[in-house]
Amino acid sequence: MADRMSLIVFSGTVDKLMAASILTTGAAAMGMEVELFLTTWGLEAFRKDAYKTNTRVSADFQDYASPMMEAMQAKHVPSWMENLLGAREIGDVKVFACSMTMELFGIKHEDLEPIVDEVTGVATFVERAKESAITLFI
Amino acid sequence: MLDIGNIIIDKEIDARGSFCPGPLMELIRGMKALHVGGVLAVLSSDPGSSKDIPAWIQKAGHELIGVFPEQGYTRFVARKTH
Repeated sequence: MADRMSLIVFSGTVDKLMAASILTTGAAAMGMEVELFLTTWGLEAFRKDAYKTNTRVSADFQDYASPMMEAMQAKHVPSWMENLLGAREIGDVKVFACSMTMELFGIKHEDLEPIVDEVTGVATFVERAKESAITLFI
Repeated sequence: MLDIGNIIIDKEIDARGSFCPGPLMELIRGMKALHVGGVLAVLSSDPGSSKDIPAWIQKAGHELIGVFPEQGYTRFVARKTH
């Protein structure tokens, strides 16, 4: 068993990306390796500069969207992207993009934020997640 | 520099108003930059810090000198041991 957390980031809404980024930070701080596998809407959210204008939240909490974004701005809460960059600074964080989503949405590696390390298939991710102490689907 | 009892604090980081995991991140960055044997203090108003910061210090193998509650925040003091 590897001292590693594997996250499947499927959702592209700010509330869930925030949760993923904070979990990543916590795990990195506690010395765990972290691997993120970005797929579907989660990958869309990593298009270059997309995080700067993304204000979507989960549909079942749509009514909280603007108060949440306003509170985050007023309290200077770092964005989920800043959290991920901070986590990478202190720990071992790798970000993989799902090749199938790339193909489906016509996304190229250079269209993505520089934090994305490489494009992989699901089998590679699962093979590594199999050994991870924690695996979560967000 | 600030004197807590006979402990000399080499650097103090004010992370008040920063949210979980902000204060912990500040502590980790501060520890990286500090010389071995140095003493770092972090001020946090985040309630999560009271468990997170001591847990990280223990995990990282540094020395927690003390946790000092103040009005509306807490001062965490640790020595870098390696």
